[in-house]
Amino acid sequence: MNTLDDLDRRIVQCTQTGLPLVPEPYRQIAAELGCTTEIIMARMQHMLDNGIIRRIAAVPNHYTLGFRGNGMSVWDVDDDLVEDYGRRIGELEFVSHAYRRPRYLPEWRYNLFAMVHGKDRAEVMEKVNRIAVMLGNDNRAHEVLFSTRILKKTGLRIGQS
Amino acid sequence: MDRIDRAIINRLQESFPITDRPYQQAAEELGIQEDELIRRLKVMLEKKQLSRFGPLYHAERLGGGLSLCAIRVPEDQFERVKEQVNAFPEVAHNYARDNEFSMWFVLATETPQRIDSVIREIEQSTGYRVYNMPKEEEFFVGLKFEV
Repeated sequence: MNTLDDLDRRIVQCTQTGLPLVPEPYRQIAAELGCTTEIIMARMQHMLDNGIIRRIAAVPNHYTLGFRGNGMSVWDVDDDLVEDYGRRIGELEFVSHAYRRPRYLPEWRYNLFAMVHGKDRAEVMEKVNRIAVMLGNDNRAHEVLFSTRILKKTGLRIGQS
Repeated sequence: MDRIDRAIINRLQESFPITDRPYQQAAEELGIQEDELIRRLKVMLEKKQLSRFGPLYHAERLGGGLSLCAIRVPEDQFERVKEQVNAFPEVAHNYARDNEFSMWFVLATETPQRIDSVIREIEQSTGYRVYNMPKEEEFFVGLKFEV
């Protein structure tokens, strides 16, 4: 486990809303934090190598790009099979996230979650059906939960302690 | 959005370099100028075609707590519970979903230990059980959204 030092935390705080849109973004971060560009680049490369930074990238907004039907599909799969199926479902191009999560029997039986994106609900359901076909008899039950309203949305505030 | 914007989104979903002039390097691969890439990224962020551009941090590896939680809220109690849940600063996102488990929110806390205490506080405030559904395993790819 890698622990962050004070400079790493300041880099996180300085960049968590985005990378500066200037020709030399790492130099600008360095200027704000009062150190050299080389140190900033080395620290960020290190955080990238050890997975603290997942990647430096553009995150498309599915909704404004026309993918208006986002469904949280939840699946009841045998605990021994969930890892294998989770991996295969995570590789599908219409799935953005797939996770194993705990069940709460009897109220909540589902242990595999996959976010499915499509142009509308019908397309989401068609894609969910493709997952159902892949799982075959190993799919003991599934549901799709569509969001009906955003009740709150703030950026994750991380690295503040 | 034109062909170049789509090429930018498809290319920059994967990675962006850590070099002195990273936009220039990425622009070269895309066959455009550095200033054009920067200008187009600004426009796509303003139009919310991109939700963000930059380093994506792994919250747990930063030492924080993160969990997905759900509550079964009856319809006639929904607005009250929504206000009570949203009042917690640790609630980062909250969505209504068309299910008996009708309210789904993400908790983000400074330490993993804080998750359980915030859940107890939300249960006391709302009077409903909070189902804590942290990820136990991640099957995340998320790099292949072609536009």
